[in-house]
Amino acid sequence: MVIATLAFYLFSAVAVASGLMVVMSRNPVHSVLWLILTFFSAAGLFVILGAEFVAMLLVIVYVGAVMVLFLFVVMMMDVDFAELKSGMSKYVRIGSLIGLVILIELLMATGYWSGWIVADMAPDMRAAITPALDETHNTIALGTILYTQYVYLFQAAGLILLVAMIGAIVLTMRHRKDVKRQSIVEQIYRDADKAVEMIDVKPGQGL
Amino acid sequence: MTIGIEHYLTVAAMLFVIGIFGIFLNRKNIIVILMSIELMLLAVNINMVAFSSFMGDLAGQVFTLFILTVAAAEAAIGLAILVVFYRNRGSIDVQSANVMKG
Repeated sequence: MVIATLAFYLFSAVAVASGLMVVMSRNPVHSVLWLILTFFSAAGLFVILGAEFVAMLLVIVYVGAVMVLFLFVVMMMDVDFAELKSGMSKYVRIGSLIGLVILIELLMATGYWSGWIVADMAPDMRAAITPALDETHNTIALGTILYTQYVYLFQAAGLILLVAMIGAIVLTMRHRKDVKRQSIVEQIYRDADKAVEMIDVKPGQGL
Repeated sequence: MTIGIEHYLTVAAMLFVIGIFGIFLNRKNIIVILMSIELMLLAVNINMVAFSSFMGDLAGQVFTLFILTVAAAEAAIGLAILVVFYRNRGSIDVQSANVMKG
């Protein structure tokens, strides 16, 4: 129990500190790296909560795919980041003021002193009751309801990913004029009449 | 002292506010704005998983999966738009994105 408490404080402190470094650091590459650390700490929090599958998904999908995508884009573009940072100090005051107000509001609603009480009828309204961890593993329990109870949502998620994939390809694809491309239709319709040309060369003259 | 749900909600609230703060702070840099949005989505995910764990309802974790999916799609599309924008304008300054201004 003590270890779980200590681990919670460690992971949450690292998550908040590295989250602050994401928005404060001068170099966007450093921001991406700090964001990776934030996601790792959040995955640790999820493990403490008993959601191992979501934690591993966070590490694989976010750190493995999305953050690498960010890193690619940041490193691909040759941008003067010092110029982009120039107006930063102008917004620190108003930004921290608004952030502080929202944080106080959120903590008054959900924080430690708000006094959470679970309503009496809340346990009866659960959509998918978690099985006991010693009889069914988290991943198995999640898969059992994901492919039965939430199968339409699961298909919709697949459609969203398909649309995102097609959209990203369509947005970034371009045909450059100076690069020769293969035209399959032209190749198919090529025959001997077009390929061979008879030229009547006069004697004593070149072409 | 045991860790209750309000501890997790506090961490999520702090991460969410850091995301909002990041959008204010890096108003010119679209990449950091996208990263701030990722931070805010992570805060929402922490809320979902915390409620799911403390209420014993797996539906919260299923929702987290879908939020992850949508966030990944949003990041891919956002970065694609960013690449096209940079190719056309040679800059990623948000302030120069005013071609369609009426």
